[in-house]
Amino acid sequence: MMKSLLPQSQLRRAAAAGRSSGGGAASGGADGAGSDGGAGGRAPAASTFWFLLHALCCLVSLFLGFRFSRLLFFLLFSTSELYSTSSSSSAVLRATTTTTTTTTTTTTTTNTFTLSFAATSNPPPSTLANHTALDSAAAGTSGHTQSHVVVGRHGIRIRPWPHPDPVEVMRAHRIMERVQEEQRRWYGVKEPRQVLVVTPTYSRAFQALHLTGLLHSLRNVPYPLTWIVVEAGGTTNATASLLARSGLTIVHIPFPDRMPHDWADRHATENRMRLHSLRVIRERKMDGVIVFADDSNVHSMELFDEVQKVQWMGAVSVGILAHTGAADQPRLSEEDKQNMPLPVQGPACNSSGQLAGWHTFNSLPFTGKTATVVGEAAPVLPRGLEWAGFVLNSRMLWKEAEGKPDWVKDLDAVGENGEEVENPLILLNDPSSVEPLGNCGKKVLLWWLRVEARADSKFPQGWVIEPPLEVVVPAKRTPWPETTAEHSSELLNTKQDQEDRRLSRTNRSSRSRSTTKRKGGVQGQEN
Amino acid sequence: MAMPLALLRLRLLALALLLVASSGVASGQDTERIEGSAGDVLEDDPVGRLKVYVYELPTKYNKKMVAKDSRCLSHMFAAEIFMHRFLLSSAIRTLNPEEADWFYTPVYTTCDLTPWGHPLPFKSPRIMRSAIQFISSHWPYWNRTEGADHFFVVPHDFGACFHYQEEKAIERGILPLLRRATLVQTFGQKDHVCLKEGSITIPPYAPPQKMKTHLVPPETPRSIFVYFRGLFYDTANDPEGGYYARGARASVWENFKNNPLFDISTDHPPTYYEDMQRSIFCLCPLGWAPWSPRLVEAVVFGCIPVIIADDIVLPFADAIPWDEIGVFVAEDDVPKLDTILTSIPMEVILRKQRLLANPSMKQAMLFPQPAQPGDAFHQILNGLARKLPHDKGVYLNSGQKVLNWTQGPVGDLKPW
Repeated sequence: MMKSLLPQSQLRRAAAAGRSSGGGAASGGADGAGSDGGAGGRAPAASTFWFLLHALCCLVSLFLGFRFSRLLFFLLFSTSELYSTSSSSSAVLRATTTTTTTTTTTTTTTNTFTLSFAATSNPPPSTLANHTALDSAAAGTSGHTQSHVVVGRHGIRIRPWPHPDPVEVMRAHRIMERVQEEQRRWYGVKEPRQVLVVTPTYSRAFQALHLTGLLHSLRNVPYPLTWIVVEAGGTTNATASLLARSGLTIVHIPFPDRMPHDWADRHATENRMRLHSLRVIRERKMDGVIVFADDSNVHSMELFDEVQKVQWMGAVSVGILAHTGAADQPRLSEEDKQNMPLPVQGPACNSSGQLAGWHTFNSLPFTGKTATVVGEAAPVLPRGLEWAGFVLNSRMLWKEAEGKPDWVKDLDAVGENGEEVENPLILLNDPSSVEPLGNCGKKVLLWWLRVEARADSKFPQGWVIEPPLEVVVPAKRTPWPETTAEHSSELLNTKQDQEDRRLSRTNRSSRSRSTTKRKGGVQGQEN
Repeated sequence: MAMPLALLRLRLLALALLLVASSGVASGQDTERIEGSAGDVLEDDPVGRLKVYVYELPTKYNKKMVAKDSRCLSHMFAAEIFMHRFLLSSAIRTLNPEEADWFYTPVYTTCDLTPWGHPLPFKSPRIMRSAIQFISSHWPYWNRTEGADHFFVVPHDFGACFHYQEEKAIERGILPLLRRATLVQTFGQKDHVCLKEGSITIPPYAPPQKMKTHLVPPETPRSIFVYFRGLFYDTANDPEGGYYARGARASVWENFKNNPLFDISTDHPPTYYEDMQRSIFCLCPLGWAPWSPRLVEAVVFGCIPVIIADDIVLPFADAIPWDEIGVFVAEDDVPKLDTILTSIPMEVILRKQRLLANPSMKQAMLFPQPAQPGDAFHQILNGLARKLPHDKGVYLNSGQKVLNWTQGPVGDLKPW
C-alpha cells in the first residue's frame, strides 16, 4: 500500500506545489500556506506563532505524510457547521468507515477541510463541486428531490485483500462451463444422435496402449456413445477389465477366429469383425451414427461433431501415417518427393461441392518395403480405402427403416460367400451417393496408424506383475560384481573362490569380514 | 352427470395445454419476448400512431455543419443527424403542420468539433436559441404551445445542459427555452437537473455496419468471464484520481487487476468486438458522464452489461426491462464485484443471455441506415406516440407566455 501511495502522493505534491503559487515550504507546506495565506499581515507575535504552527505542520507531514497532516487539522479544527451540510457529512462518514485505505480518507477530507477555511487562496476545483451541491441542496430546486449521487471527488474504494478468492474462481468457471454448454445446445447440433463406435481388437502387447488412448478420446465425446468392441479369439478378462474401467456403455462381442500374424490376413479378419458388429447393430436395432474407430487410430473431437451431420453414409478425410519403424527413412528421389501426394485418404469434391472421386494413399514409394508380418519394422500401409474414413447411419442397416434409400444393399447380401469386404462402399449399390463431410474432405478429422509389437512379444497379463519380479540386475550397493547374465556361471565360480578366500582369511580379521557379509546379506534381502 | 364429465374434460384439456406450453418454452433455444413497464412495445409500429412535422431550417443549422466536418456522421453523437434523415423520408412525416402531433427542429448542436473530434458545447446554447427564434418567428406552432409539442434531439454528454463538465452542466441547467419541450437525449440519471421529466433516453450512436463486420459464429464458446477495455484513470483531466468516474473505474482496476477472471486493460485491441462476443459479462462503468456506447456494444454482442453508474436511466427505460437484462452494481459495491457476479444464480444468467439474444433487443439499440423496423428510430417514435394525446395544458391561451426568453447566462443570449 505504501508503494501505491508514493507515486500518487508525489503527483499530488507536484500538483499541489503547482497550484499553491509561491506558497509553501518544500515538504508539503501547501496546507500551511493556505492556512496562513490570509494571515500574512499580522503582528510579529502572531507571525511567529504562525511560523511555529507552520513548522509544526511540516514536522507532522514529515512523519505522517502530506495528506495526514490535513486530516489531523481537520479533526482538530472542525466546526459544527460542517456537519449540517449533506455532502460533507457523507464525506465525513466515508472518512470514518474506510479507514483501511489511507488514500481514500485523505482525499475525501481535503474537500471538507478547505470548506472550513473560506479564505483559502487556492481551493482545489472540487470545492466548487461541493459548493454547487450544497447550494442546490440548500436552495432545493423547484420541487424535485436532489439526487443522492454527489458530484465531485470520491474516494477510490479498495478492499483490504484485492486478490481473487478461490471459491469464487471455481464458481466463475462453473458458470462459464454452463454457459458454454447452453451455447452448444443453442447453436451446436440440434438433436445429437447417439454415436456407435465399432472397434475390432485382440489381446496383444500394444492392446492396452491403443485401447487406453481410444478410451480417453471417447470419454471426451459430448454425445451419448456406445462402444462396440469386437475381440478376436473370444472375449478376454484383460480386455473386459480395461473396458469396464472406462465408464462408457460397452458392448463386448466375441469373434471366434484368432487374429492372424500376417498384415494382409489381419486386415481381412478385421473387416469380417466389423461386418459382424454391423450385424449385431442390426439385430439389436441400435440407433445412431456408426463410426469405425480402430484401436490404434487417433480421432479429433471435431470428427464426432461432424459425423452428426450424416444422412445415410458419409466419408471423412483420414490422415495416413505410414510409420516405418526403422531408423532410416526410405530414400525418396527428388521426383518422388515432388509427386508425393498428401498422405490423406478421403473424398474428393468437384467445384460444386459434390463427390467426384476418392483420394487414396499412394503406396508406390513404399513398394517392396512394406511390412508383411505384424510387428515387423517396416511401414504398414492401408489397403485402398480404410473403413475408418466412413460413417454410417445405423438405420441404413435395419431391415425396415423410414426413408431408407434404395441404393443401400441389404446387409445379408454382403460378405455371405466369404468374399473380401474391402470397404463399406460394398454396402451400396451406388457409391456416388456418399456424403463428403468435414468441409468436403478438406479437414482431416482422424489419423490412421498401425504400430504393433512382435506377435510373440511378452507382456504381463493385464499389466499386473504377478509374481513379483526377480532380481535380474544387481543394485549398486551389493558387493556382487557387475556381470551380465552370460557370465553368471563364472560368477558362481568367482563367488566360490571368494568364499574360500574369506574362509581362509577369517583368522586375520573376522569382524570386518563378518560385518560385510552381514551387510551384503541384509542388502541382498532388501533387494 | 354430464357436468362433472365436462369439467374433467376441461381440466384434462387445460393440463394438456399447459404441458404443451411448458414443453414449448423449455425446448432448446429460445429468445424470450421483452416486455418493459410500458408493455410489449418493442415491436410496435409507429406508423399511423403519430404525425411529425419537420421544420425546414436554413442549412447553416444542419447541412453546412456536416459539410464542415464529416466526422459528425460517425461519432457517438451522430444520432441527431440520422434522426433528421430518417424523419425526412419516414411514413410518419406530414407536410401539413396543422395535423401534426409533434414538431421536429433539425438543429445539430453537437457538430462543432475540435481538431481531435470532440464536440464543443460552448456555442450550442446559442445555436439552439437561434433555431428556436427562427421557428417561432416563421411558424405559429411554437408560440401556440411554447414548445410543449416539439421535440429536440440533444445527444451531448449532459443533454440540454450543454456542458461536458458535470458541475458546470448542473449550474447551467437545461436551456430555459427547452423547459417545455420533449428532449430526446442519451444522458439519463434519476433526479438530475439535466434529465427533464418526460424525456426519452436513447442509446448513443454505434456504427452498425462496423459491428456487423466483426461478428463471430455464435457457437464460439464464451470463455472470458468479465471484459473491459478503457481508461481507469483520466490522467490528462483528473491527475489525482477520484474525480473521473467518481472513482469507480479506478476502483475496478485496483481491486481486479490481479484477478484472472477479469480481462481488463486500457489496451485498444483490434479484436475488441470479437472479444466482447467471447465474454459473459462486459463492464459498462460511468466515465465523465454515466452513459457510453459500451452498453450498445454489449447488447449487440450478447455480453451481459454490468452497469456501474448510480441512478442511471438507461435507453428506452419504459420499453426495455433493464433490470432483467443487465446487472446493476452500486459504485460503493465495486470492491465486491467478483462476489456479486459469481453469486448470480445460473438460471438468471441464462435468462439474461436469452433476453439479449432476442433480435428485437439488438435492433432497438441500433441506428441502421436505411432504417429498419424495430430500430432505435422507431423506438423514439414509439416513445413519442406513447406520450400522445397531449393534455389540455399544452396549448396556451393567446398572449400567455410561460418561457422567459432572457433567462440564462449572458453569453447565451448572443445571436448566432
